[in-house]
Amino acid sequence: MNRNSLRLAAPAAALALAFGLSACGAGNESDGSDSTGSGSKVSGTLNAGGSSAQEAAVAAWKKAFQTTNPDATVNYDPAGSGAGREQFLAGGLSIAGSDAYLDDDELAKAKTLCKGDVVEVPVYVSPIAVIFNLDGVKELNLTPKTIADIFAGKITTWDDAAIKADNPDAKLPSTKITAVHRSDDSGTTQNFTDYLSKAAEGAWTAEPGQTWPVKGGEAAEGTSGVVAAVTSGKGTIGYADESQAGDLGQAKVKVGDTFNAATPEAAAKVLDTSKAVAGRAATDIAIDIDRTSTEAGVYPIVLASYQIACQAPAKDAALIKAWLTYVASPEGQKAAGDTAGSAPLTADFGKKVQAAIETIKAS
Amino acid sequence: MTSTQAPAPGKNTVIRRPGDRIFSGLSLSAGVLILVILAGVAIFLTVQGIPGITAHPDEVKSGKSFLPYVWPLVFGTLVAATIAMLIAVPVAIGVALFISHYAPRKLGQGLGYLIDLLAAVPSVVYGLWGIGFLAPRMVPFYAWLDEHLGFLPFFGPASATGRTILTASIVLAVMILPIMTAICREIFLQTPRLHEEAALALGATRWEMARLAIFPYARSGIVSAAMLGLGRALGETLAVAMVLSVGVGTVTANLIGSDNPSTIAANIALGFAEATGKSVNALIASGLVLFVITFLVNFAARSIVDRRKEFSGAN
Amino acid sequence: MTTTLTPPPVDVSRELYGAQLPTWGPRAVIAAGLLGAAAAYAVGANLLEAALVAWLICMVLPLWSAAVEGRRKATDRLVTTLVTSAFALAMFPLFSILWTVISKGSKVLSAEFFTYSMRNVVGEGGGIYHALVGTLLITGAAAVISIPIGIFAAIYLVEYAEGNRLSRWIRFLVDVMTGIPSIVAGLFAYALFVLFFGEGVRMGIGGSVALSVLMIPILVRSTEEMLKLVPNELREASYALGVPKWRTVAKVVLPTSLAGIVTGITLSIARVIGETAPLLIIVGTTDSVNFNLFNGRMASLPVFAFASQRNPGIPPQFSIDRAWGAALVLLVIVMLLNLIARLVSYFFSPKGER
Repeated sequence: MNRNSLRLAAPAAALALAFGLSACGAGNESDGSDSTGSGSKVSGTLNAGGSSAQEAAVAAWKKAFQTTNPDATVNYDPAGSGAGREQFLAGGLSIAGSDAYLDDDELAKAKTLCKGDVVEVPVYVSPIAVIFNLDGVKELNLTPKTIADIFAGKITTWDDAAIKADNPDAKLPSTKITAVHRSDDSGTTQNFTDYLSKAAEGAWTAEPGQTWPVKGGEAAEGTSGVVAAVTSGKGTIGYADESQAGDLGQAKVKVGDTFNAATPEAAAKVLDTSKAVAGRAATDIAIDIDRTSTEAGVYPIVLASYQIACQAPAKDAALIKAWLTYVASPEGQKAAGDTAGSAPLTADFGKKVQAAIETIKAS
Repeated sequence: MTSTQAPAPGKNTVIRRPGDRIFSGLSLSAGVLILVILAGVAIFLTVQGIPGITAHPDEVKSGKSFLPYVWPLVFGTLVAATIAMLIAVPVAIGVALFISHYAPRKLGQGLGYLIDLLAAVPSVVYGLWGIGFLAPRMVPFYAWLDEHLGFLPFFGPASATGRTILTASIVLAVMILPIMTAICREIFLQTPRLHEEAALALGATRWEMARLAIFPYARSGIVSAAMLGLGRALGETLAVAMVLSVGVGTVTANLIGSDNPSTIAANIALGFAEATGKSVNALIASGLVLFVITFLVNFAARSIVDRRKEFSGAN
Repeated sequence: MTTTLTPPPVDVSRELYGAQLPTWGPRAVIAAGLLGAAAAYAVGANLLEAALVAWLICMVLPLWSAAVEGRRKATDRLVTTLVTSAFALAMFPLFSILWTVISKGSKVLSAEFFTYSMRNVVGEGGGIYHALVGTLLITGAAAVISIPIGIFAAIYLVEYAEGNRLSRWIRFLVDVMTGIPSIVAGLFAYALFVLFFGEGVRMGIGGSVALSVLMIPILVRSTEEMLKLVPNELREASYALGVPKWRTVAKVVLPTSLAGIVTGITLSIARVIGETAPLLIIVGTTDSVNFNLFNGRMASLPVFAFASQRNPGIPPQFSIDRAWGAALVLLVIVMLLNLIARLVSYFFSPKGER
């Protein structure tokens, strides 16, 4: 018998090891008894999930939130916006993070689920930079139409007349252009194609969407994949969150009569000039970003990612409200800007968002 | 079922003790449980998949009805898995043979140990390795293929980044090598010593010994190992998704271009996170298709190698 | 007298073995190959081309052998060369991957890395304790579920089924099961748990179920192969001594194939311990330690590594380093597991031919 029992010893040993570990918690985790400070604290576990774009920002928010509220734990599954919305609508998550606002069908479902209105607020705004890697060229100006033509495969070399026209001083080589796009479905692609179809004066005919719609070019998975492909190739161009662009060259994009760089400030500003989606409740701040804005200092290729919750949550209402209040606060926005490179909401827009969050009924 | 179970004469003279009944009951229920699990997976895939198959093109993100949507994926899956198997099976047999019969025993054990480790490397790492290490080094090779063998349809215009379906297949081959090698190695080591020594004593060279004593003995095991490897090659998601530069519904014979067909599993990984409604069903339905493909491939393999003939041990 | 007994001066070995390459032949060819590779590298070929040169030079050996020793020996030498080069070919990527993981992952290893979780950590610091706990618990539970099912099913197939139709179906469907994409296993587990616990369910044991779906077929197939290799003479000898069948299986068949079965177990664990997609769906992830398999989200090493490298924040380096560190720890776990398995099979296998 000893042979057989010992055969089972290996997994048993692994389990024993695991439970042995359980004797002590992690070195950085306290049991909450040393909580100090004043003010109303919330406790409990908040389950959120969705947009993976928000993950780095959520990490920063969690740190501050869990420090002020030591008895609170926030979980965020970066499973993707679609999955986040789906599970929120099925009642599985208290808060959904989503790169797109709820469409009308989803909103109807959400209203049934919440037995009332939803609070939907953009809390993570990230400029999407047009990144390129071209020997000898550091700065590049591009019009929306040129970008569309490049990504549609109509402009194939860097010394094309259309690119030259906007960059009279640059020494453009005759290198072939390799346009890199996202192979996974993403909010970044959605916003980028939306920009192209609205701003490129008809040069972009494909429907905007989360899936890259046209043939040709090179595809890469995730922001990191696009950045890696652009970095490793020659004569490459792609689009990625500005914060992850690293040392790559970033094109300035024509807005009105000037060429604007992708900066957080310029990105946050575009929300101010954009219109809210018609027919939504006051707490549902769904924005159709104004891609064709001509205002000075605006950068229109922007991803706005939302957090969505019920106005009258069935449980953990205080926790949800405290979380969203912090996230939308200037401190929260700054924390995300520092660690995730997102664009803090402007003061005016931030007030609107906070007013919406204020309506959450935390009895 | 019981009627087919008529035991060979003589065997039923064994007295059935309670221990026997319990033991055979346990093992039978384990076997049946596997069927139940599999049935569960199949039912789940079918129930969730059917709305995706019947969905109207407007209801899913791809904007296509199911067959045109899934066909390029099936194509890509088969191409990638086939190339991966073509590379991995001979290499795995070679490595296993080297470890079991060619290398000095100590060295062989150490190396076998190392290879086993690689089965545990997460897919993310294989993906990163594929992008960061393999793909750039394949670029000159692809350019050479394009230049010299470009008249073949497989080597059309070459990719500038090397993130092609051939690269993905090589990554897959590397991923399935450890598990195939490990199983082949164990089986080669189990070849009865007497058979090997008999062959050698008759003057066989080492290769002839392998051919006469080891391979016939290990054939069914090699097929099992290959099927396990194939299973992983067909079902691998993340590594392929990271390495491959996928096109939009591409079907092409070009193995080294930048516009590649996607695979079913990679497509699920790329699309699932952002999918809602019927699009989710469509993705699950593509998983069902993969399930059916695995079914058919195994069926084919089974009919080629009738494993029952070499049922057991040293008969 | 003496003259008649003196044998003619014949080289006995020549008569018995035929013409042979000198014993230094293979070594000389390998040396020449290495020299050729070095020379090619010196004149500017890259490593791949140099390796190709070495390989081509090594292929001289079978040709030489064909000229001197004849066809059979030449085939043997050709196969030896091919087997060895297959090995070298496989070692190259494998070592390259191992090296990448070790060199990039070892940077972050520290006491803090093993004892801290990621709760309230942004940027530098933090650790993988929470993910380590999660991985050990989830995979351990998956092993506890799968190993009995897998081994008993294999016993059924080999010892009890006698090739009946049910066993053929099981065998066939187990093969089909190996092709289930891991993400589908995760979706299946999620759908199953939603039936019992409602929407939004996240628990470690669900991950164990998903991993079991992936693990069981590997276990069944490898165990089955190993059991089949046990010579029938052993079983028959046991029966002849009046030992009941179940004791024969437990005391003769299983111990004989123990080494192979244990390898199969470690392989199957190694195969699933690095799975990411199913765990992301059914287990989710968290920054804090959770010891309860039956309640709430748990972190796990592969999901941690995946999320860390995918959404690193700024500056990205800290997070990416942690991802590599997690991958390295995963490797070390499997290494230890392998070691335990080797020891088990070394000490408890019957001492026999090997």
